[in-house]
Amino acid sequence: MNFQQEVPLAWYLLLSAALFTLGIVGFLIKRNLITMFMSIELMLNAVNLSFVTFAHQWHAVKGQIFVFFVMMVAAAEAAVGLAIIIAVFRARSTLAVDRIDLMKL
Amino acid sequence: MNDSLHLWLIPALPLAGFLTNGIAGKRLPRWLVTAIALAGPLAGFAAVFIILLGVMNSGSATAPAFLANTPSLPFVDHFGSWIAVGPIQVDFTFVLDQLSLVMLLVVTGVGFLIHVYSVGYMEHDEGYARYFSYLNLFLFFMTTLVLAGNILLMFVGWEGVGLASYLLIGFWFQKDSASNAGKKAFIVNRIGDFGFLIGIFLLLANFGTLTFSEIASKIAASPAELPIFTGGVLTTIALCLLFGATGKSAQLPLYIWLPDAMEGPTPVSALIHAATMVTAGVYMIARTHVIFDHAPFALGVLAVIGAATALFAATMGLVQNDIKRVLAYSTISQLGYMFLACGVAAYSAGIFHLVTHAFFKALLFLAAGSVIHAMGGEQDLRKMGGLRKKLPITFWTMTAGVLAIAGFFPFAGFFSKDAILYAAYLQGTSGKILWGVGLLTALLTSLYMFRLWYMAFLGESRSPEVHPHESPWSMLGPLVILAVLSVTGGWIGIEHFSAFLAPATGPLNLEAGSTRLEIILSIVAVLVALEGLLIADKYYRRRPERPAQLAAAAPGVYNLLLHKYYVDEFYGAVVVKPLLAFSKYVLGGVDLLLTGSAWLLAGITNFTGTILQGWQSGNLRSYAAWLTAGAVALLLFLLLSGSSIDFAVALKGMGR
Repeated sequence: MNFQQEVPLAWYLLLSAALFTLGIVGFLIKRNLITMFMSIELMLNAVNLSFVTFAHQWHAVKGQIFVFFVMMVAAAEAAVGLAIIIAVFRARSTLAVDRIDLMKL
Repeated sequence: MNDSLHLWLIPALPLAGFLTNGIAGKRLPRWLVTAIALAGPLAGFAAVFIILLGVMNSGSATAPAFLANTPSLPFVDHFGSWIAVGPIQVDFTFVLDQLSLVMLLVVTGVGFLIHVYSVGYMEHDEGYARYFSYLNLFLFFMTTLVLAGNILLMFVGWEGVGLASYLLIGFWFQKDSASNAGKKAFIVNRIGDFGFLIGIFLLLANFGTLTFSEIASKIAASPAELPIFTGGVLTTIALCLLFGATGKSAQLPLYIWLPDAMEGPTPVSALIHAATMVTAGVYMIARTHVIFDHAPFALGVLAVIGAATALFAATMGLVQNDIKRVLAYSTISQLGYMFLACGVAAYSAGIFHLVTHAFFKALLFLAAGSVIHAMGGEQDLRKMGGLRKKLPITFWTMTAGVLAIAGFFPFAGFFSKDAILYAAYLQGTSGKILWGVGLLTALLTSLYMFRLWYMAFLGESRSPEVHPHESPWSMLGPLVILAVLSVTGGWIGIEHFSAFLAPATGPLNLEAGSTRLEIILSIVAVLVALEGLLIADKYYRRRPERPAQLAAAAPGVYNLLLHKYYVDEFYGAVVVKPLLAFSKYVLGGVDLLLTGSAWLLAGITNFTGTILQGWQSGNLRSYAAWLTAGAVALLLFLLLSGSSIDFAVALKGMGR
């Protein structure tokens, strides 16, 4: 038995898919805006995982570069998104999404 | 001094007045509105008068220096090209010849007097500035009509005065009857304009030009056997133009709008519906007289229409009780005289009557306006009476007007009416009949005018509760001036007048007559007018119960006259009702199709909108759900559609 054998590709992908699905389900069923925000982060990181996996598998650096881009966008998104969430909360005193459906502040 | 007379200033000044008063009149002080409104006609009249003095004194060594530069008539002022399409060339051209000079004098002179009169008459009206802006607009178009050097430019003025007339008839648009009368005048005029337009098209098709002088020279140059003469083209053109003239000048069969036009303010009735605009038809015929001269049949029709209208309108004038309507029918009747004059090719006699008629009919209308003003808006003759003592100046000026229209020597109407009847008498046997009709009309004219005079001014007041007061001097001044003109306006005599007009309208051919015949005919005419006075005196002074008895004795005739021969009803049944029914049919059929398809399109959009609207709920989770569903659907499609995309190959491509 070759203990040097790597973890198979499919396992990474399965983990990535599971994380992504958790993100989607969380985004769909949660009412709290911050929780939904965290679900989005989860989905992004699931995608990051598959990028890294493929980059390793094919010995291509492009996938890893994409991960940096995604992390950067995620950071920017976090800054903007949290600012929006705070503004919404100040205006509405609530973060329940089904009560924030007027399409304006 | 250059050789341009700057004729464009004559219409341009009233136009400027119209724009200023029309746009800013409400915010300007009243004296400024008045000054602006009066400046245009006054300046125009002064300019035309100076030109007239120059023309009269041309060649005379003693003429003052400022007249020395008057150019000889006809004077053409050219302001550039208007329409140039292939061979068709229409220019902005103003022509000043003897005819337009006389007409301009009347339009600006009488126009100015009526502007002055309006200052007093409209003093308490809210629409003071609006009124004067419309009046200036009318003068702009009327002077354009008169000065136009080609028939298309004339048509512009022609339509424009129609517009001004419409606006002024419906000036008190809060009254239903006034706005309806305005519409009626406009629509009936449109019918006449249709004929005018066809005439213009035929002129363009046959001569290739619309300039009056070129048409005249082309007709003069053509030998008489050309198809243009023998084929009836000129007759058709003349009849089309004649139809247009019957609309504007309120002749049979299109006269019906003029009595209703009396809904407008009285000075408007005097200016537009008596003195100037309605005579545009006569002016147009005199302007295009070359065509009529070569269309004997059209001339005959013209004479018959004129004589018939004169008699027909006079009979209707006999029984009217509204003071302005009596004058309206009298106007139609007098315009009939002018048409009769043109119909016997005595154009200068027609224009002569146009001028004197402008004086005395404007006077009669303004005096009637003074009476109405004094009576607090009452227009019914049956409620007047005994006004002679209360309104002495109005009474005396009105008397001058009545004597003038009835044709008493030496008032203005005598000379012009006499010239027309004389010219008609000289036209052979048919001319004798026309003369007879004209004479009968003269009797009726004298009768209905003195009826009005007796009912309004003599006897006892029939409304003791009204306390009439004499009008202000802004109104009496024009009355006095017009009264002087109504007395003296004819003294120039038809010989001098037609000699002056001869270059523009052709010489007046009276060679068949003699001075003796003319004097005999004049005496007959005056005797007839006297007879009218005597009948009126008998029925309305000595035996005031007689008219009612007569009406009771012949109720059919009386009702026929009172209801104006039921012509309005006839047109209503024959033209208006079928047209309305047809419109309703169109509304029901064609219109349903059009609006139906429009509604269908709107319905589809609306329906789709209702469905799609549900998606835009604003609920974040429903958006996310749709997004996910879309992504899942795409993925499923890619997976289930099989091998069209090979993932392995795609991934390998990424790696490389």
